[in-house]
Amino acid sequence: MATLWRFTLFLCMLLMACGGLSLARGGHEAAPITTLPIVTWKWHHISVQYLVALWILVCWLCKLIIEANHSVTNYIPESALLICSGFILGGMIWGADKMQTFSLSPTVFFYFLLPQIILDSGYHMPNKLFFTNLGAILIHAVIGTCWNAASLGLSLWGCHMGGAMGDLDIGLLQYLLFGSLMAAVDPVAVLAVFDQVHVNEVLFIIVFGESLLNDGVTVVLFNVFDAFVSLGGGRINAAEIVKGIVSFFVVAFGGSLVGIAFGILIALLTRCTKNIQIIEPGFIFVMGYLSYLTAEMLSLSAILSTTFCGVLCQKYVRANMDESSVQTVKYAMKVFANGSETIIFVFLGISAIDKVIWVWNTGFILLTLLFIFVYRFIGVFFLQWILNRYRLVPIELIDMVIMSYGGLRGAVAYGLAVLLDENKIKEKNLMICTTLIVVYFTVILQGITMKPLVMWLKVKRAEVTEVSLLEKMTNKMFNHTLVAIEDISGQIGDNYFRSKWRHFEEKWMTPLLMKPSARKKQDEVFDVFHQLNLKDAMEYVTEGERSGSLEFVRNDSAILDFKKKLEITDMIGFLCSRDPIPSVSLEMHEQTMKAMREAEAVDAHHLLDQHLYKSRKQYRHGFSRSDFKINRDEKEVQEIFQRTMRNRLESFKSAKMGVSPPKTIVKHSKKEQQEKVKTKRGNNKLIFSFSFLDFEFSEGDSASGYDSSYPSFSMRATYRPGDGIENPAFVPDLYPTDLLQIPPWLAESEPDSSMVAPSLRAQANLPNSPMEMRRMGLLRTSTRSTDTKQMNNDQFPPPPTPPPPPSGHM
Amino acid sequence: MGSSSSSRNKIPNAQELMDQTGFSSAHLLRLYDRFECLDRDNRGYLSPDDFEAVGGLAMNPIGGRIIDAFFSSGQDTVDFSSFVRILAHFRPTDRNRNKEGTQQELPNSRTRKLKFAFQLYDLDRDGKISREELLQVLRAMLGLQVTEEQLQSIAERAIQEADLDKDDAISFDEFKKSLEKVDIDTKMSIGFLK
Repeated sequence: MATLWRFTLFLCMLLMACGGLSLARGGHEAAPITTLPIVTWKWHHISVQYLVALWILVCWLCKLIIEANHSVTNYIPESALLICSGFILGGMIWGADKMQTFSLSPTVFFYFLLPQIILDSGYHMPNKLFFTNLGAILIHAVIGTCWNAASLGLSLWGCHMGGAMGDLDIGLLQYLLFGSLMAAVDPVAVLAVFDQVHVNEVLFIIVFGESLLNDGVTVVLFNVFDAFVSLGGGRINAAEIVKGIVSFFVVAFGGSLVGIAFGILIALLTRCTKNIQIIEPGFIFVMGYLSYLTAEMLSLSAILSTTFCGVLCQKYVRANMDESSVQTVKYAMKVFANGSETIIFVFLGISAIDKVIWVWNTGFILLTLLFIFVYRFIGVFFLQWILNRYRLVPIELIDMVIMSYGGLRGAVAYGLAVLLDENKIKEKNLMICTTLIVVYFTVILQGITMKPLVMWLKVKRAEVTEVSLLEKMTNKMFNHTLVAIEDISGQIGDNYFRSKWRHFEEKWMTPLLMKPSARKKQDEVFDVFHQLNLKDAMEYVTEGERSGSLEFVRNDSAILDFKKKLEITDMIGFLCSRDPIPSVSLEMHEQTMKAMREAEAVDAHHLLDQHLYKSRKQYRHGFSRSDFKINRDEKEVQEIFQRTMRNRLESFKSAKMGVSPPKTIVKHSKKEQQEKVKTKRGNNKLIFSFSFLDFEFSEGDSASGYDSSYPSFSMRATYRPGDGIENPAFVPDLYPTDLLQIPPWLAESEPDSSMVAPSLRAQANLPNSPMEMRRMGLLRTSTRSTDTKQMNNDQFPPPPTPPPPPSGHM
Repeated sequence: MGSSSSSRNKIPNAQELMDQTGFSSAHLLRLYDRFECLDRDNRGYLSPDDFEAVGGLAMNPIGGRIIDAFFSSGQDTVDFSSFVRILAHFRPTDRNRNKEGTQQELPNSRTRKLKFAFQLYDLDRDGKISREELLQVLRAMLGLQVTEEQLQSIAERAIQEADLDKDDAISFDEFKKSLEKVDIDTKMSIGFLK
């Protein structure tokens, strides 16, 4: 049913498109008006824009229809289906207009559709993998492409001389020119086809990297031979050839340098954009596009420029920018890149339906196909065989087959073909046709057969693995070990260079390009740790929801209590913004504030502001265009909410089963407080300091892991969030309840002694009745311990009047 | 040709070493030269200060551990054959060898490489990586940006993930299991030792 609707929608759009197109051709004469027109037909004002928008919409609708049914896309890659949709659309337009009004023009392609795809590739490039295999990639890109071009051109010329192609007006130079434009493996096509096949990463990166870097060679070859064709055969002497070779280096390195310069600029920019986080993501796109255009302006390799821009800036951008901005960049880039790719493929299909360009020459076309295929295999196998002798882990034969088979030609070749000058090259149309046929052959046929081939040959696939912490640590350790062994054995190897680069980067680049606050957080192991924690939290939530543990939420008093808990134990921005703050908590805040005055300077106004501010927030949500912090807090609130729910689930579970101790929440304060913490305390696991996203669940089981040193009041000084306004009502783990790992508000479950693991200190004063525990737990709101057999924490200020027994609260 | 065979005579048990480690004679010679270079006082063995004289090791976070790895338990000197045997761990694995049991004995088999790595963690050689040992490694590798509590949590979590028999320490088998997806060959091999 849904498919039917979509199809209908598609048809309507198509009809609209055709209608619009016919209208477009009709001119609009400005006749003098005789009376005031209420509504006028203003097509001519916005015809171009309308058509552009309409075409984008139509292309994306094609994609929608194609992706509606995964059973088809499993066998035929999406790109092939898009081309077919292009055929259909082209046919309809041809039927309506009797000529092909729309085709993929080089300008649109090279300046509006390609840059974002390349920027996306560069930004999401796996850097480590890329640079590890850079040698292989470069060899394939440069030498492989030159070989492809030369061999194709010369073979075709040979065949022409031999008479296989009949009567064609193409000289040797033109053959070479044709060879150069056909030689390049296309990144768009490679991405589109390999995307669905998931081969192992080394294989993918070599093919993909080659497709990106060969642009340097393609541009040079194309321009060189184009110039040669213009100059004519007679004027080519050694000087020109030398110039050609020099131009390769200039174009390739120049393009890369432009890209690197823009990458550095982006990194520097993002370092300073803290105050305009709203439009921060936009900078990446604008600068990326500028790098493309600048290289193009200087006739350098634009693709290389954009690629290296993305490759360089990704690390610093991700470190400098706020998390939401990073996500924005990631998703926006994907939208642009994928959208452009769709449009490219559809138009590749449309452009074919044009009678004007079709010139058929069986010999030429078939021979081109054959030679491209064969020479690709020869080139890849030969080069890789040589490379394998220098590789630590040689690439297997099967992988080489896929590498050769993956040499897909795409829109870049077509774009270059259309750029040919028909005055100099009489057979331009033949070349365009051949290019189109080659593109269709590679994208459609090779695309369809790629997956079966990969399966049949049992190519090693990409492994989707989760990196465990131990793995990550050990990987790092391996790196260090290898460097050390290289030092000891006195030889300079890969790792030497890598560590040298790392030192250079740490010393010079990171201080320059990264924000100081971001620099502190730079650590892979910690990052993995952080990500794993976040994942855990989400998993527990889903699990909790599935088992229906949201029951307690519906219980009113529970909510209240929970809320209070949150307010008391949370720092800024963690309140559930759903319900108004109960007045009870304010009172309690007042009390606790008084109580804690000795320990730290508490700002009562701040406290009130904090709460009032929060309650208003829920209404502001969604209206402000510039204050995104609201949304972030909402997310954090949800996270804390989920975390607490999960906690309850665990304690419920363990209460029922009495099996394993529930998990403690061990949270980590922000970095600024870390230093303070470190200096003040030794090893204390139980820092209940809250920060927005850093928290972790650990199996609090053994007392052995706990340090007996107990958090003192001075601890609380460190529980400030980065914003500086602390929740003074929060009382950290002064009580062994925390060690007992049962969230006090759920402490009605009996304290099975097997579940608790008190520290040495707490063992001295173990609360041995549920009432006591509960009372103490609830007394988190107060800073005093009413427990007379309290642990000897002398820094505790004298207790206020204790609140009434907990029964009223729960 | 003549000089190489006479140099090979310099090396004690050259043939035996070659068989046990899989190094070629050219490699062995190179390593012997390096050994002599490191052995400044020409004592015929290396001591810790010889290793420490190597420049880069001071800047390596686990440099000390690597040096310790060369000195098997108790001894404080390293002779050439031990030197070579340790370095043999880092040879890339030969893929074409038949697996008639010879593979397992070579120092550069996957198990042996993992064992080497394991011993880098397990300093007291009790066969288990305890939380404290893990912490020490973390402290060494993560530096000052990370606080003590975070280190503890990371160590805690790492053990949690890898520890299958819940004895709060990582045994060699658990270590092996948690690294089964890692391509040890690439990660623990040095090309020129091939």
